[in-house]
Amino acid sequence: MITLENVSKSYAKGQPAVNDVTLHVDKGEFVFIVGDSGSGKSTMIKLLLKELDPTSGTITVNGQVLNKMRHRKIAKYRRGVGVVFQDFRLLKDRNVYENVAFAQRVIERPNRVIKKRVPEVLTLVGLAEKYKSKPNQLSGGEQQRVALARALVNRPAILLADEPTGNLDPKNSFEIMRLLEEINERGTTVLVVTHNREIVNSFRKRVISMKKGVIVSDEQEGGYVEN
Amino acid sequence: MLRISTIGYTIKQGFKNIWTNKMFSLASIATMGACIFLFGLIFSVFVNFQYIVRTAEEGVAITVFFTDDADQARIDEIGNEIRGRSEVTQCNFVSAEDAWNSFKEDYFEGDASVAEGFQNDNPLANSANYEVFVDKVESQGELVSYIESLEGVRKVNQSEAATKTLSTVNRLIAYVSVVIIGILLIVAVFLISNTVSMGIAIRKEEIGIMKLIGATDFFVRSPFLIEGVIIGLIGSAIPLGALYFMYNKVIQYVLEKFHMLNSLIQFLPVKQVFESLLPIGLVLGMGIGLVGSVITIHKHLRV
Ligand SMILES: Nc1ncnc2c1ncn2[C@@H]1O[C@H](COP(=O)(O)OP(=O)(O)O)[C@@H](O)[C@H]1O
Ligand SMILES: [Mg+2]
Repeated sequence: MITLENVSKSYAKGQPAVNDVTLHVDKGEFVFIVGDSGSGKSTMIKLLLKELDPTSGTITVNGQVLNKMRHRKIAKYRRGVGVVFQDFRLLKDRNVYENVAFAQRVIERPNRVIKKRVPEVLTLVGLAEKYKSKPNQLSGGEQQRVALARALVNRPAILLADEPTGNLDPKNSFEIMRLLEEINERGTTVLVVTHNREIVNSFRKRVISMKKGVIVSDEQEGGYVEN
Repeated sequence: MLRISTIGYTIKQGFKNIWTNKMFSLASIATMGACIFLFGLIFSVFVNFQYIVRTAEEGVAITVFFTDDADQARIDEIGNEIRGRSEVTQCNFVSAEDAWNSFKEDYFEGDASVAEGFQNDNPLANSANYEVFVDKVESQGELVSYIESLEGVRKVNQSEAATKTLSTVNRLIAYVSVVIIGILLIVAVFLISNTVSMGIAIRKEEIGIMKLIGATDFFVRSPFLIEGVIIGLIGSAIPLGALYFMYNKVIQYVLEKFHMLNSLIQFLPVKQVFESLLPIGLVLGMGIGLVGSVITIHKHLRV
C-alpha cells in the first residue's frame, strides 16, 4: 500500500529532515510513528501527501509513484488519503455539518450524496447531535472528531494523522485513538504520528521510531522506544 | 461535466468573497462603475457625433468646373472617371442653364424683371459643373486632388472648412476617449486584482485545506473568477442603467439651452444607442473583472 525506497528530503540548509528511509506498510495496517520533535515525522507525512517532493528516492502509494505524478493528478490522489492534524484545521466560520460537507463539496459530490454521507460519518465519530455547532463552541476532542469526520467522509483508503492528540487531555486522546483503531478495523490503513507514550504502549501496534530523519527501530506490537 | 451542486456552491462562494471583503469590493465596483459610466458617456457622444457628421456629409458636395476648351464629350469622360471612384456616391451634371435657373430662383426670387435683363446672355455660361457626393468626409481631400489632376478641369470647389473641422473633432474625440478609457481600465483591473488578492489572503487557510482534501485547481480558483465577474457585472450594470435614464434628459437640456441647434442637429434615440452600448458595456465590465481576477490568481494562487 505504501512503499518508501531510500527516500531523503533536505530543506534548504542543514542535514536532511528525512534521511535514506526505506519502509513498507501493508493494506489494513495500523502504524505508530514516534520520535523526538524535529526527527522528521511531519516531513514524512507531507511527503506522503505530496505536499513535498523527496530530494531522492521513490515513494509509491496505492500503486502510484508520487515522484512522477503530474500536477493535475495530485488532487485525485489526495482524495484517497485522509489527513488530520494536531491543530484540527477546521473552518471557523462554518458549523460542524458544513466543515464535513466541505470535503465532499471539494471533490464535487452531488448534494444528495452529501446529505446522506455527512450524518453517517458524524454518527461514527459521535457528533451527530452537534452538527449545528461552530468549532469555537466545541471542546478540543470534539473538534478533532470533526476533523476526523472530514477526513473520513470521502472514504479514503489511507488515513494519516500528525499528532492528532497533541492538544488533547488523556481521556480525549484515548477516545480519538479508539476511533482511529475502529476506522482501521473497518479496512482503512492508518498511520499515526504521536508523542504519547501511554497510548503507544497500551495499543500494542506496529511502532516505527525515528531519530534525526532515520528509522532507528520498527517493531510489530511494539512499545514506545526511548531515545 | 460540472455538477449543478458544484456550480451553485462556487457561485455562492464567489458572492461570499465579495461580502466578506465588502470595502474592497465596493471600491472595485465604484471604480468599475466610473469606468463604464465614462465609457458609456463617451460612447453616446461619439455615436451621436458620428451620426451628426454623417447627416452633414450627405449634404456636402464637391463642385467640378471645366476649362473652356473641354467639349461635351470630354465632360462626359470626366463624369465617367469620377463615377468610377469607389468613394463617390453620386455625380450629377449641372448644365450652365440649370445653374443659372437655380441661381435665379435663389437670388431674384419673385423679381423676374431683373433676371430678364440677362435673357440672352447667361452670366453663368462658364458654370456647367458636376456635383459630386462622397461617402465619407475623410475621403474628400484625396478625391479633390484626383479630380484636379484630370484634363479639362478648371476648378474644384469644396466645403472644406466645415468638413475638415467635423472630421478632426471626430478623430480627436476618438483619441481622447481611447486614452481616458484606457487609464480607467487599468485602474479598474488594478483594483479588482487587489480585491481578489485580499480575498485570497483571507481564505488562505481554507485554500490550504481544500488542496489537502483533493480540490482541483479549477475548484480552488473558480470562486475568485466568479468574484471578478460579479464585480464586473454589477459595476457595469449600474452605470449603464444610470446612463439610460440620463440620456433623454441630457439631450432635452442641450436642445433647450441651444435653440439654434434644434434645426441643425438630430440626436440618436436612446434605444438605438443602447442596442450596442448595453452588450458592449456588460461584456467590457465582465472582461475587466475576469482579467483582474485571472491576473491575480496566476500571481497568488500558484498551486
Ligand atoms: N519548511 C521547513 N524549512 C526548513 N526546515 C524545515 C522545514 N520544516 C521542517 N524543517 C526541519 O526539518 C526537520 C524535521 O522537521 P519535522 O519533519 O517537522 O519534524 P517532526 O515532525 O518530527 O517534529 C527539523 O529539523 C525542522 O527544523
Ligand atoms: Mg511534527
